[in-house]
Order: sequence, then C-alpha cells, then structure tokens
Amino acid sequence: MIGLEHYLTLAAMLFVLSIAGIIVNRRNLILLLMCIELMLLAVNFNFVAFSRFHGDETGQVFVFFILTVAAAESAIGLAILVVLFRNKRSIAVQELNTLKG
Amino acid sequence: MMFQSVLFYVFAAMMLGAALGVVFSRNPVHAVMFLVLTFFQSAVLWLMVEVEFLAIVLVLVYVGAVMVLFLFVVMMLDVNIEAAKRGLTRYAPFGIAVALVMVIQLVQLIWARGQGVTSTGGFVATPEGYSNTKALGAVLYTEHVYAFEIAAVILLLAIVAAITLTMRKRPGLKLQNIAEQVAVQAKDRIRVVKMATEKKQ
Repeated sequence: MIGLEHYLTLAAMLFVLSIAGIIVNRRNLILLLMCIELMLLAVNFNFVAFSRFHGDETGQVFVFFILTVAAAESAIGLAILVVLFRNKRSIAVQELNTLKG
Repeated sequence: MMFQSVLFYVFAAMMLGAALGVVFSRNPVHAVMFLVLTFFQSAVLWLMVEVEFLAIVLVLVYVGAVMVLFLFVVMMLDVNIEAAKRGLTRYAPFGIAVALVMVIQLVQLIWARGQGVTSTGGFVATPEGYSNTKALGAVLYTEHVYAFEIAAVILLLAIVAAITLTMRKRPGLKLQNIAEQVAVQAKDRIRVVKMATEKKQ
C-alpha cells in the first residue's frame, strides 16, 4: 500500500539529490539552475502528498503558484545567464567576481 | 493494489535515476534531457495519486515550455564542457556525504517519528464523480483569486524582465523610428524659399 510516507521519502531523496547536485556542480551556472528546478519539484511532491493525504485542495493550489513562480524564475535566470555569457564569454561561477563580494 | 505499489516503485526508481543523470551527466544537453525525464516521471507519480490537473500542467508547462527554454539556452551558449568537468571530482565526496547524512535524517524522521501520525495508510478516497480540475478551479477562483492575479502579474514581470535583459542594440543598425515618421510635418520636409522673380538673361 503506497501511502504518505512513500511520497515523502521520494521527495526527500529528490531534494537531497539536488542539494548534492548544487555542491557537485558548483562551477556550472546552468546546472545550478536545473538543480533548483529539481528542488522545487521535490517541494511540490510534499505539497501534493499532503494535499491528497488531508483531502484538501489548497496544497494543490500552492503547487500551482510554485510552478508559476518557478517558470518566471527560470525565465529571468536564463535571461541573466544569456546576458552574462554575452559579456564574459563564460558561465563559470568562479569568474563572477566583478563585484569583489 | 499490489500492482500499484510495483508501478510506484518502478516510476520512483526511474525518476531518481533521471535525477542522478541530471546531477552527474557531463553534457548539459543530456542533463536537460534527464530533467525532462524526471518531470515526466513525477507527472506520472502525481497521476497515480489522482492529481490529474497538476500532472498535465507539469507536462505541458514544464516540459513543454520551461525545459525547451533550458534546451535553447544550453544549445545557444557554447559552453566549454572540459572546463566545467574539472571541478566535478573535488567536491563530489563532500556533496555525496552531505546528501547521505541528510537523506538518513529525513528518512528516519519520516518513518520512525511519523509512526502513529501517518500510519493510517493510503490517501483520502475521492468520491464518485469527483473532478480534480473542477475542485481545483472552485478553490482557485474563489479563495485564492488575489494570489491568482498576483501570479499573472509575476508572469508579466518575467516577460518584461527577460525581454529587457536580453534585448541588444547593435551599433550601426539601420532602424525605422516610427514615431518620428508619423509625427513629421510638411514644414520639416519642404522649405519654401521666397525670392524675387528673375528675368531670363
């Protein structure tokens, strides 16, 4: 019987995998964006599982908004990436030191 | 019920494998393709808990639009794969250690501490004739209508921001200035010169 625990465990594994991806792929900005998408997917899994567990649609509405915001975020992030590549000819994170922060 | 469990484990394993592919593949194009597979598998898993509308939205919006955008950008940027590959091994053990610690903690939390809280088993059964889309719309357009409108504004903001960021003005480009063309007056173009008549020499 597949229950709430299975979905939560799957979401936890996906989330942790994307954290590992952010640590492993620290150099490549585009892979960092993809790992953030994976993280949001894991969070959405939790929302969907709890929404179905409680029989309340509000969690699914929240997933809907997360999807909207994630689409906007990736569009702006990719636009920034394109501008960055146009200016520096590279998207390596370690070269983003113009601000000396 | 047994068949559903088997299906869940198969799709979950495929999803985690695809996510592993996203994290560890060397080629960014392959990573995007694995991401598409991950989203497909999660849409299937959402269908299995009867969240039909969001599963379809995930395929249409995410795979259809956002992932294609990623693919465009990855293929447009001429990323040096060799340079990106060098940093992989140095942080890999640290990343894997962090991931293992966190996954052990989370699984322990969910399975050991969740006993008695979530062990009722299974999800709430939906009544006969239940439409997920209809139920979602009934909540979305009544209780959450302001949030819905804010989401629309956020999408507009994303359009404006993406276009203004990536629009490029090349020097030496010959362009029409429509406003100037429309606003032109006759006196800007024709100069009437008053002069006395002259006799033929």
